[in-house]
Parts: sequence; C-alpha cells; structure tokens
Amino acid sequence: MELLWFCLATAMIVGYVILDGFDLGAGIVQLLVAKEENERAQVLRSIGPVWDGNEVWLLAAGGALFLAFPILYASSFSGFYLALMIVLWLLILRGIAIEFRNHIDNPLWIPAWDTVFGGASAVLALVFGVALGNVVRGVPLDANGYFFLPLWTNLLPDADAGVIDWYTLLVGATAFVALAVHGSLWVVIKTAGRLQEATRASCAKFWWGLLVITLLISPLSFAIQPNLWKRFTSHPWGIVFPALALAGLVGVRVFSVQRKDKAAFLASSLYLAGMLASVAFGVFPNVLPSNTAPDFSLTIYNAAAAEHGLMIALWWFIPGMVLAIAYSIFTYRHFAGKVDGDETEGEL
Amino acid sequence: MDSAVDIHRLHFAFTITFHYLFPQLTMGLALLIVVLKSLALWKRDDSYNKAARFWGRLFAINFAMGVVTGIPMEFQFGTNWAAFSKSAGGIIGQTLAMEGVFSFFLESSFLGLFLYGEKRLGPKLHWLSAFLVFLGSWLSGYFIVATNAWMQHPVGYEIGTAGELLLTSVRELLLNPWLLWQYPHTMIASVVTASFVMSGLGAFYLLMQQHEAYGRLFVRVGVVAGMAATLLMVFPTGDGQGRMVAQHQPVTLAAMEGLFEKAEGAPLALVGQPDMERLRLDNPILIPNVLSFLTYRRWTAEVKGLNDFPRDAWPDNIPLLYYSYHIMVGLGTIFIAIMVLSGFLLWRRRLYSNRALLWTLMLAVPFPYIANIAGWMTAELGRQPWLIYGLMRTIEGASPQVSAGNGLFTLLGFMGLYALLGMLFVLLVIREVAHGPEAATVEKQSSGPYSRPVRAQRGIR
Repeated sequence: MELLWFCLATAMIVGYVILDGFDLGAGIVQLLVAKEENERAQVLRSIGPVWDGNEVWLLAAGGALFLAFPILYASSFSGFYLALMIVLWLLILRGIAIEFRNHIDNPLWIPAWDTVFGGASAVLALVFGVALGNVVRGVPLDANGYFFLPLWTNLLPDADAGVIDWYTLLVGATAFVALAVHGSLWVVIKTAGRLQEATRASCAKFWWGLLVITLLISPLSFAIQPNLWKRFTSHPWGIVFPALALAGLVGVRVFSVQRKDKAAFLASSLYLAGMLASVAFGVFPNVLPSNTAPDFSLTIYNAAAAEHGLMIALWWFIPGMVLAIAYSIFTYRHFAGKVDGDETEGEL
Repeated sequence: MDSAVDIHRLHFAFTITFHYLFPQLTMGLALLIVVLKSLALWKRDDSYNKAARFWGRLFAINFAMGVVTGIPMEFQFGTNWAAFSKSAGGIIGQTLAMEGVFSFFLESSFLGLFLYGEKRLGPKLHWLSAFLVFLGSWLSGYFIVATNAWMQHPVGYEIGTAGELLLTSVRELLLNPWLLWQYPHTMIASVVTASFVMSGLGAFYLLMQQHEAYGRLFVRVGVVAGMAATLLMVFPTGDGQGRMVAQHQPVTLAAMEGLFEKAEGAPLALVGQPDMERLRLDNPILIPNVLSFLTYRRWTAEVKGLNDFPRDAWPDNIPLLYYSYHIMVGLGTIFIAIMVLSGFLLWRRRLYSNRALLWTLMLAVPFPYIANIAGWMTAELGRQPWLIYGLMRTIEGASPQVSAGNGLFTLLGFMGLYALLGMLFVLLVIREVAHGPEAATVEKQSSGPYSRPVRAQRGIR
C-alpha cells in the first residue's frame, strides 16, 4: 500500500512538473527570447487559460503527500522552511503578474508585470531543481525525524550543507535548462511568426546546454548519493528510467529538427518523467535520506499514514484524478490552436 | 510575542485573515452569478447576462487573490505546524487533498470557460460553467470547514501506538455533526457578504446616477438574497452552531458570553468588558435568562461559568474572544434590520428613491467582512488552548525546529507582500467599478484572456 502511494505521489509530482513546467518554461522564454510587448503578450496568452489548472497539480500533489506521508510532509516542509516560503512568495507574485497584467493598458504597468512573471518563473524553475537536489543529497534528520536547513552555509554538499550548495545548485541549473527547453517547445507549438522562429533557435541552444548538464549531473549524483548505485546494481531493470530520459532527450532534438513540434514536446515530457522517475527509483525506499545518520532516513514505511486511511483514500483519489484529467482535457481542447500573431486594436 | 509558537500563531492568523477576505466574497458571489444567469435564461433578458459578465470580472479579480493567498495555507500546515501535521496528517490530509482533487480542478477548468467562452458555449452551457464554478467553490468550502470542524470536534479517529492519530472512518470525518452546522453557517455568511457587496454597489450607482438600470438590478438581487441570508445566519445555522459550542466546548461558551459564575437562568450580555484581573464583566447590560433559554431551551437552565473550569482549560485570550463573538452577533443583528427594511421598501417600490437607505446599503459593505472575520476569530480563539480540541494543545503543535527569528522573517515578508497585493486589489476593483456594467461585453474567444481588444474597447466609453 505504501509502495502504491509512493508511485501515485511520484506520478502527481511528474504531472505537476510536466504541466506547470511548460508554463514556468514559457516564463523563461518570455524573459530571454520575447523582445517586444506583443510577443510577450503572445507568450502569456499561450498559457493564460491553463496555468492555474497546472498549478492545481502542485496543491493536489501536496495533498497526496500530506495524506499518504504526513511525517515526510511535516519534516520536509518545516526543514526547508525558508526555501518554501520563498517559493510561496514567488508563486504569489507570478500568479498576480499573469492575472493583473492585462487589466491596465499602461506603458509602465505591463512591462513591470512581464518582468515579474519572467523573473519569478525563472527563479522557481531553479528553486524546484535545488529542492530535488536536496532530496538526492539528503538532509540532517534527527531521531524525531526533523531537521532545519539554513539557505546556505559553506556551499559544500557535506554534513553542514544548507539548502543551496554547489551540487543542489547544479541540479537547479539542470531544472532551469530542462524547463527552458520544455517551455520553448510549448511556445513553438502555440505561436507563429518571428517569435516562433526565435524560440526555435533558442530552444536548440538550450538543448545543447541540457545535454551537457545532464551528462554532468548524472555521475555526480551517483557520487553524492551512494544509495543510487546500490539500487541500480541490485535492481538492474531500473535502468529503464534513465534510458527513457535519454530517449526523450534525443527525441527532442530529432523531432525539433524535423519540425514535429508536438512530438518534440512529448519527448521533452518523457525526458522530465524519466529523470524524476530515475531519482524516485534511485532513492527508494527512502523518501528523504539523512546525510548524517542513515538510520534516521525517512522511508516510505516509517513516513506513511496508517493502512486504513491509505486504503480509503485510494477509493476517492483515483476516480477524483480521472475526473480532474477529464476537465483538463476539455479545457485544453477548448483553448487548442495557436494564439493570434498580431491582434488588431478595437476588433471585436 | 517572543516565543516561536506565538509567532507561528500570528503567522497563520495573519495569512488566513487576509486570505479569507477573498473566498468569502467569491463563494457567495458564485451563487449570485448563477442566480443572474438563471434569471437571464428564464426571463430571456440580456441585461442579466451583462450583469453576470460584470460580476464575473469582479469575481475573477477576487478569485485570483484567493488563489494566490490560498496556496500558502496548505503549505503552512507543514512549515509552521509540523508536529500537528505529523500527528494528524493522516486525517486532515484527507480533506485537504479532497479539496485539491475535487474542487480546485473543477473551479480552475470552468472559470476559464465561464470568463472567456461565453460566445462559443452558448447560453445553456455557459450557465452550466457558472454552475460548476459555484459547485467547485462550495465543495472547496465543505472540505475546508470539514478540516476545521474536525479540529473543533474530532471524530472518526483512534490513537496509535506512538500517540499519532489514525483515521478510522472517513464517513464520520465528512459527516461530523459539528460540520453540519458550521458549514451552512459559514457558507451563508459568505452569501451575506456577496449580497451586501452587490446591493452596496447598486446603491452607489443609483446615488451617483450612473448605470441606474443596473444599479436597480443589483440592489434588487442583493436585497432579496441578503434578506434570506441574514435571517438564515441567525436561525437555524447560528443557533445550531451555538448549541454545538454549548454542548462540546462549554468553557468556550462561558468565555464568549463573559459568564464567570455559574447561573440558573443565565443572562445574555449585550455590552460589557471582561475584566480578567477581577474576573468579572464590567459595565454589563444584561437580558435576564436569555442565555439559558438559547442554550438549553429552558429559561432557568443552569449554565456553567468560567469559574467552574480549571484555569488551564480556559481559552487564552478571553477578552478578544468575547469581543469577536459580540461583534459578530451585533453586526449580524444590524444586518437583519438593514436587509428586512430594504426588502420591505423594495416591495413597496420605494427603495430606489430612499436616499438614506441607499446610503446605508452603500456604507454597509465593509461590515459583513468584519463580521465574517470576527466569526472565525470566535471559532479559533474559542478552540484555544487546544489545537485539536481535547487531544493536542496549540503549544504542542508548532514546528519544533523553526525558530521565532525565522518565523518573524517570513511573517514580515508576508505582511509586506500582502500590503502590496491589497493596494493593487483596491486599485483594480475601483477601475472595474468606474468602467461599470455597460462595458462588460462578450470577450472575443480567439484572443482569450490576454487580448488588447478588451482593453481598447473599455477605453472607448
């Protein structure tokens, strides 16, 4: 039962990263690629009707963790206190930027919100990667299953590490580049004209960056977290997850060159899913390893809620998510197609 | 204010109070928008559609504020109240996850369709999207109030070997007797806010002699809904909620009423100041025997006073609890007077020309917000010193590793950020009110939410 909920929670997180990932990535595109106000508006319109639904995946994933692994929820949220609060502030600013930008047509108002949106998206991509890096590296859990990490200490991934060290920062950079690729592919699908071409070009550059950093971060992760090596050698079938990530990475390049944009976007989703699944597989059965005393690590067994609650929750969680996915598909179909290239003033 | 637990309490109190300024309007307004859309279908009158579109815009601004200030609420259970989450997460995690799965997906999907899909959907499907937004927001309220009701009156659990709380019955959790009064009381309070806002804005337009046809429509719908809601607020929901408190939290009842000594035929205090040094109510104005009757339906029933309970069972801020409760009840009574009088004059067709009452309706707008917040303060202060009533004290629930200094840092951060959000919100609402309902045309489908034509069109008038 714990294993099933571990898979469900991982699936929820993968769903969140793929969906909100493309609108965070669109924010990076807006920051780095879209130059004119008209192009920035196009980027925003490409995610406008769906970003809020994507962010609900974060709340639903958080809810799944809370009900299934309350001890992990309590420990990690209080331990990463400052980092999480900063995430909340960024999410607030980003949401407000998207929703309020178009209320006032003013030459100061709109660019200000565009910058907030792009900046908050970029930093969030980085911070989510840093968080993942912390899960791989481990945290100094005590006997009661608690810890508290300052934001940074000496920037080394040792026992005194803060949230940010060179390793977690590198994972953050990986997330940033991966979501930049993912978001670019979405913008390419949803737009046309100069913006589409410029995004295509920058996506190709980001792809090379992603290739280099993926090849760099993978061996480093094995060096930082010995459990990864143990897992992949004792259960060699797990190699399928990194293989999927690699296939996705290659697929992005192949399909982009052929201008099969939707296939490239799906390949990028496969890359993200493969990377996250590799991490989940590699740290298992830990959900939060201790980097000071391995016995204090939180595992799917010692962090889970009681059997009865997990069983009951299956009965409503799975049908509920099927329903939720059905509404999402309905919304995506309703808002399918490209956003207008140039809008004419006053047309109604 | 120097201990970590005090900071964590203030942190939650501040963020939830600011957050609840928005959902309390959107939940009630979602219902009123469904009413407007239904009237449009039934009377085949497009002005109701226009009114719904206009309120849809105000709804969207409030909804966005509610969403962004709501995300921190779920997170704070883990960040600031880790010991509570660790112990009770297997139970309240259920209701919080249900909210995400069953209502947030519903709301977020159909709000987009309601706001930007009117042309393509057609009138009936557009009505349906409004209804689903209403359903989503009221379901959301149900799961949140269920979570709070469980903290007020825990049911369906057992205590595990390590002292953690284990869920035994999700049915009991979702049909908690406390919830069955607290939920309608909360939701109707949200309809009170929405109807005062709608009638208040209508009164403003009438007094300004702008958009007068819409002003009359808003006053009419707001007053009719407000009459029903303010009455239902007191009876049966307020009465039922009060008897729940009397039955399960008798010490809270004594503190709310400022009753220090046990009394047969206990009086109801209209006014007075709890004096915690001398343990008495100063300058009281009392109505004899009424408290006994309201609580037990007998004029001479015995009601226990604070002195019948040990000091460590008393809520820790009795004066604030007493004032919150009295502000809620006092305002609720005034609301009934305003709405019933307005309703009477509406029936006699004299309301639209009665400047004094229109002024009253307009100036009344902030007060349901105050009453709602005061009501929640009554519930939350009244639950003290418990975090989960009878099971876990508040002092035991905070995150053991998060220091007061770190908590204060993020509290100040939230205060700064929310001050900014508050100003932006007021600015945008004032602009929408100034544009008025006539500017609310159907938005162009293909351009979706982020189009210039909308803005350009609004600039024309």
